[in-house]
Amino acid sequence: MTTATLVAHRASEEYDENERLRRRATARRRWGLGFSYLALILVTILMVFPLLVILLVSFTPNAVTQTWPPKFIPSAFTLENYQSLFQRLPVGREMLNTIVFAGCVTIFSVFFDALAAYGLSRVDFKGRGILLGVLIATMMIPAMALLIPIYKLLANMGLVNSYLGIIIPRLADVGGIFLLRQFFISIPKDLDNAARIDGAGEFRIFLQIILPNSVPAILTVGMFNFMGNWNDLLWPLIMTSKPETRTITAGLAMLTGHGSSVTPYGVVMAGALISALPLIIVFFFVQKRFVEGIAMTGMK
Amino acid sequence: MTQASTVTGSARIAEENRKSIARRNLRTGLLFTAPALIVLAVFVFYPAIETFIVSLTNNRINRAGKFIGFENYVKLFHSADFWTDVRNTLFYAVLYAPLVVIVALAFALLLNRKDLKFVGFFRTCMFLPFVISLTVAAIAWNFILSPSLGLVPYWASQLFGIEHLNLLGTRSTAMATIVFITVWKNFGYFMVIFLAGLQGISAELYEAASLDGANSWQKFWHITIPALRPTFNYIVIFGLIGAFQVFDQVFILTSGGPDRATETIVYRIYTEAFGNGKLGYASALSYVLLIMTLIVGLIQLYTNAKHEKEELA
Repeated sequence: MTTATLVAHRASEEYDENERLRRRATARRRWGLGFSYLALILVTILMVFPLLVILLVSFTPNAVTQTWPPKFIPSAFTLENYQSLFQRLPVGREMLNTIVFAGCVTIFSVFFDALAAYGLSRVDFKGRGILLGVLIATMMIPAMALLIPIYKLLANMGLVNSYLGIIIPRLADVGGIFLLRQFFISIPKDLDNAARIDGAGEFRIFLQIILPNSVPAILTVGMFNFMGNWNDLLWPLIMTSKPETRTITAGLAMLTGHGSSVTPYGVVMAGALISALPLIIVFFFVQKRFVEGIAMTGMK
Repeated sequence: MTQASTVTGSARIAEENRKSIARRNLRTGLLFTAPALIVLAVFVFYPAIETFIVSLTNNRINRAGKFIGFENYVKLFHSADFWTDVRNTLFYAVLYAPLVVIVALAFALLLNRKDLKFVGFFRTCMFLPFVISLTVAAIAWNFILSPSLGLVPYWASQLFGIEHLNLLGTRSTAMATIVFITVWKNFGYFMVIFLAGLQGISAELYEAASLDGANSWQKFWHITIPALRPTFNYIVIFGLIGAFQVFDQVFILTSGGPDRATETIVYRIYTEAFGNGKLGYASALSYVLLIMTLIVGLIQLYTNAKHEKEELA
């Protein structure tokens, strides 16, 4: 054997070895990818399954729902659950209440949170550190611990069962202040200094520089706020005792057996679907920016 | 002479300038924080103090009682039911917090694969339960798990021969089921935060590690995990604080049952205050929970500070 063939032989061996490794890596990647898809599909089914059940049961006659064995795809269709729901629950009124409550709280509290976050991030004043510490501590107070004194306070002011009564105590939110503060810190100071040289006051800097540069963070805090208040159960349940101000989530809880006699599942599911639908629709519209906003504000 | 007085003069001017800037800053700072602080003062600080004062009385919901010192707290610590509530709450928190973090991280890692398609679709589906209320989620799961109507008990009997599966009505499985439902509802949110953390890690780090012959496990352990540390800290602290306040799920799914197996501290505060009308006792319970949360929060802050110091050193 000549040296040339020997070298060529060794080179082809090395080539084979590399080729084998590469093939094994590709195979492993392909298996990994397949496994990823499988896991994701299974979990996606698990995530959507309860929501599909709500949808299907809400359109199924109760006689069918109450037979054993249960079927995922029902054998009959009806709208009677929705008719019954509208008779039992002032859906329109409660929906309006929820929109007024969650909407007002969101608009005002995001504005107040942003103002406070500006003060706590861009203005260097004495006592700022202590104030921040006190605010962090308040996040650990169980909301339940405050409900009774707040209820008494509102009762003294004659605000129980009123829009003002459920809205005013929610007008500031420490979590929102922190998320926005974290975001404001990341905006370069040169921007406001330039405006300051041009003679802009602090409030104008806040309105014209900080807010327009914080749209994703504002949107995220706003969505959290809206979701939190829309979905909140205990607050409207305790602060409102009449349907005139009760929210849809509290009304729904009254249907499930707390405060009313047992309601057929189909009717409860119809209520659940109607109460969740507006949020799901809003979520689909803002989801990309919302998820991006969470990613941006939640990392710190 | 003149020079010296000019120097002290300009120093004085500088000093006065500094003071006036500090004064102006204080005024600006207070003005900006005032609206939020007024709301918080009236509806958080004041009620928190009021709750503490009430916790030292035997007030009931319909009549004022008298000052009894720390008697409520003493009674609490001697009551077996209280320790059941503490145990249940800790059991829930210790199971929920790590589980939600692990599931969220696992799916964030899966979704972070570069060769994966439909990432947006999967992400939306996993996030969807976070958007609906716990009330709606609990209604759905309550039906699915219902021993007389639900699909899960039916499938359990068909596939595994387990008859009359009653996950929420059995002492040993009720709390774990509540944890499962809450993880189902919340992990999508934490997953999104992890995903952002993962995408923030520079690809060069992984390439350099590959050149050094690191395998994927080593890369995960020595690059991914340390880079995600701030994300972990954020998630653990919010996960734990949230876990200590668990209420809605218990309220809708089990009402604390069966046989107090899912009665948490906050659920007990609710029943004592609004069921039994014992405001003093319920307020004392609130303060015990507040102190528990503060301790966990402080431990967390302390370990964070230590880690940061180690990383700087």
